[in-house]
Amino acid sequence: MHYLFEPGLLGSGPVRTALLVGAIVAITSGVIGVFTVIRGQSFAGHSLADVATTGGSGAFLIGLNQFWGFLAAGAAAAAAMEAIGVQRRRGRDVATGVVLAAALGAAALFLYLGTQQTSTTGASFTILFGSIFVIASDTVPILIASGVVALILVAILARVLLLTSLSPDLASARGVNVRLIGAVYLIALAISVSLSAVAIGAILSTALLIGPAATALRLTKSPVRAMAAAAAAGMAATWLGIVLAYDSYYWPPAGRGWPVSFFVVTLVLVGYLLTYVRRPRRLVPRSPHEGAECFPA
Amino acid sequence: MTNEAAQELAASAASARTRSALLELDKIGVRLGGRQVLSDVTFSLRKGEFTGIIGPNGAGKTTLLRVILGLLEPSGGRVLIDGEPVHNKSKASIGYVPQKLVIDPDMPLRARDVVSLGLDGHKLGFGFPSRQRRELIEATLADVGADGYADARVGELSGGEQQRVLIAHALISRPKLLLLDEPLANLDLRSEQEIVAVLGKLAREHEIAVLLSAHDMNPLLSVMDRIVYVANGHAATGATDDVVTSEGLTRLYGHHVDVVRVHNRIIVVAAEDVG
Repeated sequence: MHYLFEPGLLGSGPVRTALLVGAIVAITSGVIGVFTVIRGQSFAGHSLADVATTGGSGAFLIGLNQFWGFLAAGAAAAAAMEAIGVQRRRGRDVATGVVLAAALGAAALFLYLGTQQTSTTGASFTILFGSIFVIASDTVPILIASGVVALILVAILARVLLLTSLSPDLASARGVNVRLIGAVYLIALAISVSLSAVAIGAILSTALLIGPAATALRLTKSPVRAMAAAAAAGMAATWLGIVLAYDSYYWPPAGRGWPVSFFVVTLVLVGYLLTYVRRPRRLVPRSPHEGAECFPA
Repeated sequence: MTNEAAQELAASAASARTRSALLELDKIGVRLGGRQVLSDVTFSLRKGEFTGIIGPNGAGKTTLLRVILGLLEPSGGRVLIDGEPVHNKSKASIGYVPQKLVIDPDMPLRARDVVSLGLDGHKLGFGFPSRQRRELIEATLADVGADGYADARVGELSGGEQQRVLIAHALISRPKLLLLDEPLANLDLRSEQEIVAVLGKLAREHEIAVLLSAHDMNPLLSVMDRIVYVANGHAATGATDDVVTSEGLTRLYGHHVDVVRVHNRIIVVAAEDVG
């Protein structure tokens, strides 16, 4: 086994915690990511991650667990997006131009003040790029519970989310409150982004949300399989990233170790690019009498 | 006959008409953004009837369908389904195929999944698979001739194939009324004819009232029992030959309109529209 990874990997407490949290984050992000991609809300996911940075840095400043900061800011951003109207292009532009820039400005201030107080720059790196090897053991149950809550919310909404993704008008015609469903889904998304921010950092959390889901959507054609494949792809990238980061302690510059988030996002990208190597675009033969393509397909 | 008896007879006739009509629109008016889009639109549909809402682009066809679906509150008039206001009716009694549905090729939905969503996609929680459910989905896909691509990704199907799947989605809840918003738009001639034939068969064999909007009436002439011609905010309804006349459409448009019949096709030549 030591040919595959450095000896002592699974004997290390922080590594075991990282593998457990990584699995929770990957499963939650993979499942919720599938809906994020098919609803065309990758932008919303990224925006929530940006605003979560502000929450994480604010929590650090006042000495709270950063996860609560990520979660509070993410939930507030989700509410703001719903109020602005995340479905509307103009609303998105306004949110990007005004709200997100202001949130990141606040994050810069919080991080500056925080590092002045503690005379350390490690916090900035932890908030922006993750801290999966230094998660306190008492935080783990909170992360598991949050992941379970997000997954339950999505399980309850799954069919309605698929119908609204197909067509909001179709859903409305069947009596679905499309706006309420969208708001509840944004809360699940905020939880997922907060979990991901703990693992690979607020700035990079979109990678675990979108990458594995986009990979799965190119390879599968049923919603359940897409969610399972996204969770599996996310777990593979996260666990392999943790192993490589652990091994990298002996890579140059020796004794430093490379960031986990670098490996995770790189593996996510490689996985996505591999789907372009070979994938049949048409899964059934077109009937011979079908004429010109009318809908984009 | 006394006045009272005459009034009773008239009331009884009106009541009978309401009972036999599956859908009844009574003096519907719609104002959007300060503009009167529709005024005094009145018509009714019986089960098994195929009706086309025909009119130029922007005439208010989609608006009319949205009012019938209960998605848009009219500024005047009322919509009754089976004699009850549309808001009191179960949404399952109306099947709907929306306009211009562009489905992403990466959407992880097979044709059978889309049809399944028509059954209970509006409900919370899981939908567990069962043999009965699978058979119902297969039968509905077969009804519209889409059983050959049940396991294909819906986003990768052609426009005509997607329309069949969406019609199956609308049909699986066994609605009494099927509304379709411009289902023939952007289809090639062959697909257009096939979709119209499927809809005509559904109306006849399943006794579903089909109400379909289109800007060109010609593909529908062989199956259409009744036309609702919408123009200039008003609607005229009846048999196609009675409604689509130069005099009738001139009154509707408010300016001179020519109606030309060539090789079983009807061409409406209005000042700003050719339909």
